[in-house]
Parts: sequence; C-alpha cells; structure tokens
Amino acid sequence: MRQIKQRHWQNQRRWMRQKHLNRRTRALVLTAVLLVLLLAVYGAGILIPQEAVATDFIHARQSPSWQHPFGTDNLGRDILMRTLKGMSVSVTVGIAASCVSAVIGILIGTAAAAGSRLLDGVINWLIDLMMGIPHTVFIILISFALGRGLRGLLAGIAATHWTSLARLIRGEVLQLRSQQYIAVSRRMGKSHTWIMVHHMLPHLAPQFVVGLILMFPHAILHEASISFLGYGLSPEQPAVGIILAESMTYLSSGMWWMAVFPGMALVLTVWLIDRLGENLRWVIDPYSAQE
Amino acid sequence: MIFHHLDQPARRGGRIALLLLKNSIRMLSLLFAVSLISFALVSASPIDPVQQYLMGIGPVSAEQRAEIEAYWGMDKPPAARYIHWLNALLHGDFGISLLYRRPVLAIIAERFLNSFALMLCAWLFSGMIGYALGCIMGMYREKWQDQVLRRLCYLLSSVPTFWLGLVLLLLFAVKLGWFPVGFSTPIGILDSEVRIWQRLHHLALPALTLSLLSFSNIALHTRQKMIEVMNSAYILFARARGERGWTLFVRHGLRNTILPALTLQFASFAELFGGAVLAENVFSYAGLGSALSAAGLGADVPLLLGITLFSTLFVCVGNMAANLLYGVIDPKLRDGVKQGGD
Repeated sequence: MRQIKQRHWQNQRRWMRQKHLNRRTRALVLTAVLLVLLLAVYGAGILIPQEAVATDFIHARQSPSWQHPFGTDNLGRDILMRTLKGMSVSVTVGIAASCVSAVIGILIGTAAAAGSRLLDGVINWLIDLMMGIPHTVFIILISFALGRGLRGLLAGIAATHWTSLARLIRGEVLQLRSQQYIAVSRRMGKSHTWIMVHHMLPHLAPQFVVGLILMFPHAILHEASISFLGYGLSPEQPAVGIILAESMTYLSSGMWWMAVFPGMALVLTVWLIDRLGENLRWVIDPYSAQE
Repeated sequence: MIFHHLDQPARRGGRIALLLLKNSIRMLSLLFAVSLISFALVSASPIDPVQQYLMGIGPVSAEQRAEIEAYWGMDKPPAARYIHWLNALLHGDFGISLLYRRPVLAIIAERFLNSFALMLCAWLFSGMIGYALGCIMGMYREKWQDQVLRRLCYLLSSVPTFWLGLVLLLLFAVKLGWFPVGFSTPIGILDSEVRIWQRLHHLALPALTLSLLSFSNIALHTRQKMIEVMNSAYILFARARGERGWTLFVRHGLRNTILPALTLQFASFAELFGGAVLAENVFSYAGLGSALSAAGLGADVPLLLGITLFSTLFVCVGNMAANLLYGVIDPKLRDGVKQGGD
C-alpha cells in the first residue's frame, strides 16, 4: 500500500514538474492569443483615427518615451499608431492573397491528380514555371502590369504562392485514389461526388487548412518586401514595408527606433502565425506533422 | 549488388546524357514561356514607357513623340513587337536600357558579377552553417541544443530580409562604424582601382544578411533527415558495435544527409535571388536586384524583361543541378529503382 501511495506521489510530482503544456493545449492557447492579436491589429487599423497619425512637427524625431512608446518619425507621427495601422493593412493583404492562392492551389492540385495524364503534365510544367521565376521578380512584373498599388500586390502574391499547396494536394489525391476503400466504394456503386465528399474531403480539409495558415507568413513577408521596394501601396498608406522604407532615409541620423520597432512588430506577428500553423498541424493533421 | 552500377559505365553515361537533354528541353520551354508571359505582362501595363522616357528629356512635340513611338515600334500590335523582340533576343540583342542608356546585356553582365559574388558567399555560408546546425539538431534531438537551435531557426524564418539588413546596417555600419553604409565599391574611386579587400568590405554585410536568412530552411530540413537516419536500423547496429559521437556522424550521418542538403541548396536559387533583390536594395549594392527594382520603378522595359529572363535562367540552372544531383549521384536513383540486394 505504501509503495502504491509513493508511486502515486511520484507521478503527481512528475506531472507537476512538466512545465510545458502539451501540444493540443499549446495550439489552442496559441490560437486564442493569435486571434486576439489579429483582431486587435485589425481593429486598431480601423479604429485608430487619422488624427493619431497626423503630422506634428513640434514632436518630430522623438526617441521612444511613455507617451510615444515607439517614438515619432520625421514628421512627428506616432510610430506605434502607424505600425498598428500598417500591420492591419499588411495582414489583411497577406491573408486575402493567400486565401485566393490556396483556392487556386486546391483546384489545380485536384485537377492534376484527377484529370488526364496530359493535364497532369501541363500542370507540372506550370508549377515548374512558377518555381522557375523568383517570386520577387514575378510579383514586381505583375505589379508593373497592373500599374503598381494594392491590386498588383494582391494579384502577384496570389499568383505565386499556390505551387507548394497544389503539389501537396496532388500527391495526396493520387495517394488516396489508390486506397482500397476508394476502390471498394466505387465497386459498391458510389458516385464520384459521393466519394469526393465522404472520402477525399475529410483527408484533404486538414491539409488545406494547415497549408493555408502556413501560407500567411510567406504572403505577409512578401507583401512587406514588395512594399518596401516601392511597388506596393502608395506612401500615404502606412504599410509596414513603407514605414521601413522611409526609415532608411533617417538611419544615419540616428533614428534607430523608426526601423527597429515596426520590424519587430512584423516579425512577432509572422512568427506567431507560423507557430500557430505548425501547432495546429500537430492537432488536426498528426500524420503529416510527423513526416 | 552494391557494385552493380560500376558494371555498366556506358549505360550510366547514356542515362546522364538523357537526363541532361530532358532537363535542357524543359528549361528552354520554360524560358520561352517566361519570355511570353513577361512580355504580355509588360505590354498590358498602363505605365507608358514612352511617357516615362519623355519625362527624362523634357517637353517634345506630338510629331517627335510619334517618331519615338515608331522608332520603338510602339505603333505596331503587341504580337508583332513580341516577335521582333524575340528575334533580336535570339541574335543576342536585349535592347537598350532607358535608365542607363547602355545595352541591357552589358548591364546584366556587369551587375551579375556583383550579385554573383554576393549570392555565392551567402550560398556557401548559409549552406555550411545550415547543414552543421541541422546535423547538431538531428544528433541531439530533443536535448537543449536542439530546442534552442530549432527555436532560433523558426524565429529567423519569420524575419524579413530587408529588416534584418536594416538592423545590421544600424548596428555595424551606423553605430559601430565597422562597415560602410552602402554601395558595392567605395565612392569616388574608379572601378579598376578598387582593391579586392575593399570589395569584400562592402560585400560583408549584405552577404551576412542574405546568409542569415537562408540557413534556417536547410537546417530544419537536415534535422529531419538526420532524425530519420538516426532512427534507422543501421544506426542501431552501429551503436551496438560501439560507435558514438563523431565517428557515428562521419560514417553514417554525413553520408546519408549531405546529398539531400546539397540538392535542397541548389533548388533554393529562387529564394536566394529574391533575397538578393532585397539585400541589394537595403545596402544600395550595385547588383542585378537593385537594377531590377530601379527598372520596374523607372518603367525601363528592356532592362526589366532582360533581368526577368536572366533570373529565370539562373534559377533553372540551379533546379537542373538539383535534378542532376538527384539522378546522377544518388546511387538509389542512379540505376533506376531495380536495385534490391544491398
């Protein structure tokens, strides 16, 4: 009896000593944190009035203080407010573009796997083509074609990011098609749509969701980079890339806060989304996470 | 069966040639498609290159404008212009840059040398560091080394290239003054008089930026491969024989993970080029990337098209190298999948 009790206490203590949460809990906590953060960023973009980022020459070029945690820029605008507004633009553009891209990816991937061999060949060639042009170059071209600005940015990111998801979906569908239960289903007279909905979709949905979320960080980073190069949004819209591009001018005059803080906010957001995607993968799609 | 592939050198040579031929045809078709797509995109643009060109020289009359348009062939339909351009391209004439007023090919050749130095440094550095870190993570799986390095890699893959460049610039160039703030050579010195160490001095920060950002991918990939290797039966057997640490790594880990890592590194030319575009812009480094963004902003169509084609060629060569590595060096793929006895 004493031994059992001792064992029990040992287990209890071991459990208490485990400092980190398990993956499922961590994923849920991360999801909650991220949702709150995204909502906050998004809400901030809408709620922050234009006055908060108005020019104020008296308070220009101030280093970080309690009043202006991120400091102020050369025109006296509060950098924290501008960053929040900019993040909301960047995140919205990134998410919208990757949603479009993910839909393209799943359509093309399924078409490649389900269609004829010729179609598969053509799609593989197309994927090779998209991977052959550096993404940055292609987005610049599309942005140039659409006259720079938001539309070009969205189209460019949507047009370049679908390849990996399409490949993933194609492989998955091909593998599923050779499964016995699909063959049995077909022999039992189930229609293509029935098989699609009842057998394929439950397998593809988690992959699609995870693929979509893991696309966000890339899309947001690309958005920031392209805006930084001057192809994205107009300078009046405070996207993070634009704030950072402006900060370039004032680097040598010692205004380090203009470059450091907005970038940190961007890194933090992207990193959180990336972690969320990976953790979510462990929860809803454990097979692929262990590969 | 192990030496099975040594028996038939002729067949092997034939396979390599076939693979090379296949890849070359694919590359040519891709290049052709890229030329078509990029030309179509540029033609569809509302940004008028003639207008952009005229802004540089001042007001001209309508007749002069029409003359310039006719000289550039802007009065013809896009299809005719495309054929004309492609024809010139095949004869080695990429046109003349509007921004720099020099042949595009000469600009690309000159800029590419700068970019190449930058990308080569970053490629080698990130490959070696990434591979080494990946091996460490894989060998010490779930120990503190792995945990720390993995987190670092995840974090680094969320950092935008240009921001890291800005931070490094702030730290090492502005604050500490160890490195110059920009440009690929010192200002005010003729190109021929620039010494090699001056070039390296200017190269250091951009190369560091670029390599810091590309190693996380290869490190995480190598970690995965190393874990697979470490879980295998032959490692169990090796451990049972008493092999540990360095010996175990060199005899088994290194051999089985270096090839996937190398392949991945060759296949990452697209990201490398994309990163170089950003790094060059941050550091005002006179490479292809800064020329590209200048061409796009200045509506310099010939240069934009030329660099697009060239970057595609660059990436395709990398992808082809990756394919060949996979097909030629890897003994498992080299002789088809028929090998079984070993």
